[in-house]
Amino acid sequence: MFGYSVSDLGSIVVMQGFSGLSLFSVLLLMALGLAIIFGQMGVINMAHGEFMTIGAYTIYVLGKITAEYFPTFLPYYFFFALFAAFALAFLVGYLVEYLMIRHLYKRPLDTLLATWGLSLIMQQIFRTIFGGREVSPNLPDWLMGSWSVTDTIDIPINGMVVMAITFAVTGLVVMFMFRSSWGLKVRATTQNRLMAGAVGINTKKVDRMTFAVGCGIAGVAGAAFTTIASTGPTSGSQYIVDTFLVVVFGGATSILGAIASAFSIAQAQSILTFFLTNAMGKVVTLLVVIVILMLRPEGLFSSKVRK
Amino acid sequence: MKSSFVFSKWRNLMTVAMGITMATNMSIAAAASVNTTGLAVTDKTVTVGILHSLTGTMAISETGAQQAEKLAIKQINESGGVLGRQIKIIQEDGASDWPTFAEKAKKLLENDHVAAIMGCWTSASRKAVLPVLERDNGLLYYPTFYEGLEQSKNVIYTGQEATQQVFAGLDWVAKNKKAKTFYLIGSDYIWPRTTMKLARKYIETVLHGKIVGEEYAALGSTQFGSTINKIRLKKPDVIYGAVVGGSNVAFFKQLKAAGITGKKQTLLTLAVTEDEAQGIGGENLEGFYSAMKYFQSLDTPVNKKFVAEFKKMWGKDAPIGDVTQAAYLGPWLWKAAVEKAGSFDTDKVVKAEESGTITFEAPEGKVYLEPNHHLKTRLRIGKWRKDGQADIVYTSDYIMPNPFPKGY
Repeated sequence: MFGYSVSDLGSIVVMQGFSGLSLFSVLLLMALGLAIIFGQMGVINMAHGEFMTIGAYTIYVLGKITAEYFPTFLPYYFFFALFAAFALAFLVGYLVEYLMIRHLYKRPLDTLLATWGLSLIMQQIFRTIFGGREVSPNLPDWLMGSWSVTDTIDIPINGMVVMAITFAVTGLVVMFMFRSSWGLKVRATTQNRLMAGAVGINTKKVDRMTFAVGCGIAGVAGAAFTTIASTGPTSGSQYIVDTFLVVVFGGATSILGAIASAFSIAQAQSILTFFLTNAMGKVVTLLVVIVILMLRPEGLFSSKVRK
Repeated sequence: MKSSFVFSKWRNLMTVAMGITMATNMSIAAAASVNTTGLAVTDKTVTVGILHSLTGTMAISETGAQQAEKLAIKQINESGGVLGRQIKIIQEDGASDWPTFAEKAKKLLENDHVAAIMGCWTSASRKAVLPVLERDNGLLYYPTFYEGLEQSKNVIYTGQEATQQVFAGLDWVAKNKKAKTFYLIGSDYIWPRTTMKLARKYIETVLHGKIVGEEYAALGSTQFGSTINKIRLKKPDVIYGAVVGGSNVAFFKQLKAAGITGKKQTLLTLAVTEDEAQGIGGENLEGFYSAMKYFQSLDTPVNKKFVAEFKKMWGKDAPIGDVTQAAYLGPWLWKAAVEKAGSFDTDKVVKAEESGTITFEAPEGKVYLEPNHHLKTRLRIGKWRKDGQADIVYTSDYIMPNPFPKGY
C-alpha cells in the first residue's frame, strides 16, 4: 500500500497514535495552570510562560548541583526536582499576586499589560542570571532514550514521562478543586464573590492561593518540558500562544473544557501535520478553532465567569 | 508672537550646535588627511560601533559575535591600533528588534560618526540596516552565514553565503555516505527556504538524488512528533536540516527520543554550531554532522591561540561557534583595508577591500576578501561528540563566493 510494507504502516500508526497522545499531554500540562488562573480568577496571565521557565531553570540548577555533589543520585533527582519546581514557581506566584495582581483585579486589561511587562522583566532576570545562551539541563540518560517495542516501533520515554506527569497533575488538580475544602472555597468565590465573603470565606486569601497554585503548576510543566524542548530565557514564550489557544477554546472556566480542548487540538494537529505539511497542519487546526469559536464564543464548555 | 519667539530660540540652539560641531571639526582637523568625511577620528583614536542584540531572543546567538569583535579590537589596540590610532568602541543594543537596529545604526553613523560598524546577525536585521548604511555611506561588517542574493557596496560579509555552505556539504554526503535520498527540514523563514531551494536543485540535477520530503516548521515550534514519524516512514539516507533557535533543541531531543540517533541515521545540519550544541546537549547530537567553515576544535596554531585568548577574556565555558569566529574577522579585515587605503574614508576603504588583495591569517585558516565583498573560504564537516565539540572529518578546497548563483 502506497509503496510501504504493512508492518511499516502498522508501526507508523502506533507511533503516530502515541505522538498525538503525547502532544495532548503537553498541551494539557501547559494549559492547566493558566486554566485555573484565567478560569477561576479572570486574570489573563501573560507571564505564564515565564513561570514555566522558572521550572525549567530549577531542573537545570538542581541537575548541576546533583552532578557536582551527589553524582550517584543523578538518575533519580528529576522527580524531586519537579516538586522543587512547583515550590519555587508557587512562591514567586504568591509574591507576584501580593505585590501586583491584587491591585489590578478590577482592571482586567491592565492586568494583561502588567503581566506582559512582568514577563519581559522575568526574561531579562533569567538572562542576567543564566546568560543569554540556551542551557542543557543534566537529564538522566534513561529519560532521553526510546523504548523499542519491536524493530520498527520506538516509543519516546520522555513522552511517556510527560504523559505520566500530566495525568498525575490533572488528577491532583481535580481532587483539589472538587474534593478539598480549599477547592470549594475557590469555586464559591468564582461563582459569587460577595456571597462567598458574606459566609466567611477570606476571598483575598483564596485569590492568592489560586494564583500561586496556577503558577506552581506552570513550574511543573516547564520542568517536564526540559525533556522535550529548550531551556533558555525566552523558552516560555514558545508555549504561550498554544496555552491560550487551549484555554480559550476549552471555555475559560472549566478544567474539563481544557482537557477536551487539549485533546481535540492535539489530535487534529498531529493527524493533519502527518498528512499535510507542518505549516498547513497548524493553519487548518487554527481555522477550525476560529470557526468553532465563532459559533460558540464561550468555548467548548462554559460556565459563569466572575465579572 | 509666541511662535516667532520659539523660532528664535530654535535658531539660537542651532547656532550653538553648529558652533560645537565646528569646534569638534577643528580638533580633528589634524587628522584630516586620513579622514575627509568628518568621521570620529583624531590623532590618537578612531571610533567604531558594535551593533548586536544584547537583549531579546537573538541575544542567545549574538553574544558570541560581539565578544569576538571586542577581542579582535583589544588585540588590534595592543598591537598598535589602526594607522597608529587606538580603536574606541561605542556599543548599541539592537534588542532583537529590526527597526531598533536601523535606528541604532543611524545613531552610530549620524551622531557618533563611527568609521565602521561591526554588527547584525539575522538577515532581517541586516536588511533593516542596509538603507541607513547606503544613505549615510557607512560600513558594516556582517558575520553570519546567510542566504546570499545580496552585495552592497557598504557591507563586507565575513560569513559564508549559501552556495559556500550547501554544495560542498552535499557533495560530501553523496560521496562518503552514498546518499541518494534526502529529507529536507528547516525553520520557516528566508534563510532555510532559500538554502533548501539551492539544495533541492543541486541534489536533483547534479547529484541525481531524490528528495523524499521537504518540511518547514514555524519559528519557535516545539512539537516534531508527526514530522519525525514522516521521516521514519520515508527512511531517507540523509536528513538535511536547517532548523534554528529553540526549535532546534526540541528537534534533536525528540529525534533521539524517537530512536533516531547518529548511530543509525545520517543527519547533516547547517544550523548547529558550538553555541547551539550547548543548548541541545552533546548527548542528543552525538554522531550527527554539521557543515560550517569553522569548528572550535580546529587543530592549528592560529586557532589554538585564538581559542585560548577568547577563553581568557570571556571565561572557559564560553563556546566559540562559526559565527563567533567570522565576527572576529571583521575588525581585522577593516584594519587591513584602512591601512592599505591609508585613509578612514568609506569610499577609499571600500576600494581597498575590492582590490582583491586583502587577506588575513584567521583561526579558520587564511581567508581572501574577494571583490564581491565576500570571503573565499573552505567548508568543513564536523561530527559531533558527546562533549559538545565536533571532530572535523572533512575540509573542502577553497570555494569562491558566489552570492548570485546562476540558474537557481
